[in-house]
Amino acid sequence: MKNVVIIGNGIAGVTAARHIRKKSNHKITIISAETDYFFSRTALMYIFMGHMKFEHTQPYENWFWKKNRIELVKAYVDSVNTDAKELVLDNGTSLNYDDLIIATGSKPNKFGWPGQDLKAVTGMYSKQDLDTITHYSKDCHRAVIVGGGLIGIEMAEMLVSKNIPVTFLVRETSFWNKVLPAEESEMINRHIKEHHIDLRLDTNLVEILSDENGRAKAVVTDKGETIACNLVGLTAGVSPNVSFLKDSGIDLDRGVLVNRQLETNIPNVYAIGDCAQQHQAIGERRAIEAVWYTGRMMGETVARTICGKPSEYQPGQWFNSAKFLDIEYQTYGWVWAKPRENEARFYWEHKDGKKCIHINYDKDSKEFIGINTFGIRMRHQKFDQWLHEKQSVHHVLEHLKDANFDPEFYAQHEDEILAKFNLENGTDLKAKKKSWKRIFA
Amino acid sequence: MKTIKNTGYIITFLGFAFFIGSLFVGTYKVTPKAYQQWIDNKGIKSEIFIKNTQKELVNKELSAWKLSNIVLDNFKKSNTYHKNQSNIDWNKVVHVKWSKTSKEYIYPLIRNAATGWFVNHTSLWFFLTFGLTILGGLMVFVPDYKLLGPPGIKNNGIFQHSATNRGIIGFITAFFFISFYILLYFFPNYIINPILAVNGVSKALNGNPASQWFLYGFMYCSVMTVFAVRMFIKYRHNKYQTIRTAVVLFFQIAFAFLIPEILVAFNKPWFDFKNAWPLNYTFFFDWNLNNLLNSGNLGIFMLVWGIVLTAIVVPVMVYFYGKRWYCSWVCGCGGLAETLGDPYRQLSDKSLAAWKIERWLVHGVLVFAIAMTGLTLYVYFAEIPSWKEIGLGISAYDVQNWYGFLIGSMFAGVIGTGFYPILGNRVWCRFGCPLAAYLGLVQRFKSRFRITTNGGQCISCGNCSTYCEQGIDVRAYAQKGQNIVRASCVGCGICSAVCPRGVLKLENGPDTGKTRTEVDDILLGNNIDLLNMTKKK
Ligand SMILES: Cc1cc2nc3c(=O)[nH]c(=O)nc-3n(C[C@H](O)[C@H](O)[C@H](O)COP(=O)(O)OP(=O)(O)OC[C@H]3O[C@@H](n4cnc5c(N)ncnc54)[C@H](O)[C@@H]3O)c2cc1C
Ligand code: SF4
Ligand code: SF4
Repeated sequence: MKNVVIIGNGIAGVTAARHIRKKSNHKITIISAETDYFFSRTALMYIFMGHMKFEHTQPYENWFWKKNRIELVKAYVDSVNTDAKELVLDNGTSLNYDDLIIATGSKPNKFGWPGQDLKAVTGMYSKQDLDTITHYSKDCHRAVIVGGGLIGIEMAEMLVSKNIPVTFLVRETSFWNKVLPAEESEMINRHIKEHHIDLRLDTNLVEILSDENGRAKAVVTDKGETIACNLVGLTAGVSPNVSFLKDSGIDLDRGVLVNRQLETNIPNVYAIGDCAQQHQAIGERRAIEAVWYTGRMMGETVARTICGKPSEYQPGQWFNSAKFLDIEYQTYGWVWAKPRENEARFYWEHKDGKKCIHINYDKDSKEFIGINTFGIRMRHQKFDQWLHEKQSVHHVLEHLKDANFDPEFYAQHEDEILAKFNLENGTDLKAKKKSWKRIFA
Repeated sequence: MKTIKNTGYIITFLGFAFFIGSLFVGTYKVTPKAYQQWIDNKGIKSEIFIKNTQKELVNKELSAWKLSNIVLDNFKKSNTYHKNQSNIDWNKVVHVKWSKTSKEYIYPLIRNAATGWFVNHTSLWFFLTFGLTILGGLMVFVPDYKLLGPPGIKNNGIFQHSATNRGIIGFITAFFFISFYILLYFFPNYIINPILAVNGVSKALNGNPASQWFLYGFMYCSVMTVFAVRMFIKYRHNKYQTIRTAVVLFFQIAFAFLIPEILVAFNKPWFDFKNAWPLNYTFFFDWNLNNLLNSGNLGIFMLVWGIVLTAIVVPVMVYFYGKRWYCSWVCGCGGLAETLGDPYRQLSDKSLAAWKIERWLVHGVLVFAIAMTGLTLYVYFAEIPSWKEIGLGISAYDVQNWYGFLIGSMFAGVIGTGFYPILGNRVWCRFGCPLAAYLGLVQRFKSRFRITTNGGQCISCGNCSTYCEQGIDVRAYAQKGQNIVRASCVGCGICSAVCPRGVLKLENGPDTGKTRTEVDDILLGNNIDLLNMTKKK
């Protein structure tokens, strides 16, 4: 029986703990400073908007931890002594471990902007950040959000839901266009404006000005404009939360450096989730993957290793999803913002301007590479299979009805999509009827 | 738009105030003839009672409260008198019971005794109460089309508003709901004016004066209509929701209200063709069987249909489509829950403990219903009168009565609907309905229906579990990549609607255990090779 200690009660740490418990009798302790129990960070916005209460974002009931003999310690780890296998906590106590899993997640980026530490200037990552936003939104006459990514647009939606005017500063010339192709990006630009959010593209933050109480009162942009506001959201990306490991001897770059088995340079010390950084990015993935799903996968993988089945982190086909205000987005495989040398694209947009699909495939071999889908839900299992089987774009399009995952009675667009593809490519593809046989093949 | 909405609130409250007010006004005068008829009808034998009550009541203008009190007091007095005689004449004693006496004795007397201004102005009252409330309700909801912004899930503020988060408004609303049900089931003698207000509607439909059940049917349909409009607007981006709402509203208005009333107009039995036993627990009661058997071919058809519905149609449909086809597309209880109840769906209890209670209770009620019906049929075919004791001092009639009181009135009505704003909108359907228990068993073990989880896309946000009216912890399955196959799921489709990542889809697929419930680990993102490796271990 080993003594396994996990720092961080996010999805990565908790998944590791659950799987270690399933597979073994090891003593498991999770240390975290943020909240008593695991909650879903991705649902922070819904608490603010009143869709849920905080307790609804906790995937397990409170008795779960004791019943599964997972000990929870609410404290912040100040430092790690890897020689003595000891952690020093901020409450003055220390704790020993046999195996240590670092799953400390991320923190919001701050780029040294003047005024970034003023009152009512905050990121949106933790429960505490949410409390700050809730507090300062009460008398907020305008909010400015800096950074056009997934968290930025969520924060804009939150504040707009409370009828707070929002100005959204986005450095890029179109929303999230480092990831999204121009068409999708433009669709989201439109949708943001439809929600009466004051979207400022190609605009950088220069400085945040303070009022006499040390609270933000305005921001200054690189367009020379001063925008009066009393709440500022900094949502310009996140980076690994690893500064407390500086002197631990654990190799760090931006995150904790790990190999494919998620081991650090120190034996018995592992890192998973947002804070882990692969020496060598896997396939087309990034070396640091700050998404929910990868944290979950890494947690499961490290649990196997610790329970005596050394395993490599083998993320399958890339997938992701998000929701931009009212428009849902899913992606399977890769669709880069700009096509690469060997790639061809197919784009279809519905006439209402809120649904589209964008398919990426190989120009010559016609192999399907990836799809972005907006406003139409698609079946993960189908795309995973097609990507594994290296199916052609023709095969994917012909069987697209199998992949439709919209609720029953929704209007279906596969025929229209195929017609457009045929027209553009001189092909004669016909949509096959949905088949349960194939879906469960 | 905001002004329209706020005006709508004011108008609704006005109508509501008129409705409440109407309970406290109005006078009743019992004529000697009506009095005599009532005594004969009810078979009251006590001379003391007959004499005293006549003196205090006949030809006097009284309020409903006064009149009811006189009757009750005199029952008690005459009972004491008779019981004090050396030779007690039990025929002259009337059993006084709060849940029965008002409804069975006082209501028939007072129903036709209304006099004065009110009786001559029922149309005006109809407009001032129901008219204003319906109009106001529509004015509250229709502006949401603009106010809610672009189509999409708009659950903003639900847990921050007193009405939908068990706040003071929620409790006040529950108080009114509960009071209404108690009056309706046990004290209809106090809601004569609302009943009179719908008299015109009843007369137009079937030529008879309105009863409290007609009032209930009318209110049920009106409330469902107003709240269906709310659903159409709130979920206008979601075809499943709009079609489902339209269908369930149709079944309520056509099958539970219009068709039965029209049948009555043609002197046929009041019959709701979609109400299946054991939800319709009186179906096999002797009076109902006799009534159907004496109603010619149509009556026989109704009898056969009722049996076929429960024995064949229900399970076969559940096999193909899940219990949703009944619970959230057809059923009246479900219809009310999905319309009036929609604002309260998030209040259902999601804990494991609640699930345990649910399984005991709902299956317990099913057993109770089967036992009660079995007993009923036994005495029917053995030709034992239902009031006759058959053991332990209990008669079939007693058992029917307990069931009617405990399950039919208290559980389904007072608790099931009255507590919407506190316990959520499907308390009855989840914990009490014997039909739901039956459908649930079929759905769980032999059905093509499941909610498919979309591979690894779940972010454990909790929206699905929060908005599941049946208290199913949908997320617990979704985050594992497992499909949801649960006996209690009524297929309302809201979990799928509120999921921000497109993870859930209600569908009817092949019925093999594997495809319905097996977890596909691969999709959670770990690669095939690794999985083969772990499977080999
Ligand atoms: C608003 C928001 C929305 C998001 N939406 C999505 C989405 O839709 N899809 C998606 O894929 N991803 C999303 N993400 C990203 C996703 O939430 C993260 O990738 C994921 O939560 C990372 O999990 P983790 O377990 O690695 O770390 P975390 O969840 O960050 O958990 C780490 C925990 O460790 C604690 N901790 C850190 N240092 C210490 C220390 N020294 N001592 C003690 N405790 C410590 C932290 O307080 C924290 O509680 C979103 C993130 C945010 C903020
Ligand atoms: S699981 Fe979904 S469809 Fe079933 S009852 Fe709950 S919310 Fe409705
Ligand atoms: S709503 Fe969707 S993403 Fe959220 S927990 Fe449920 S299934 Fe998962």
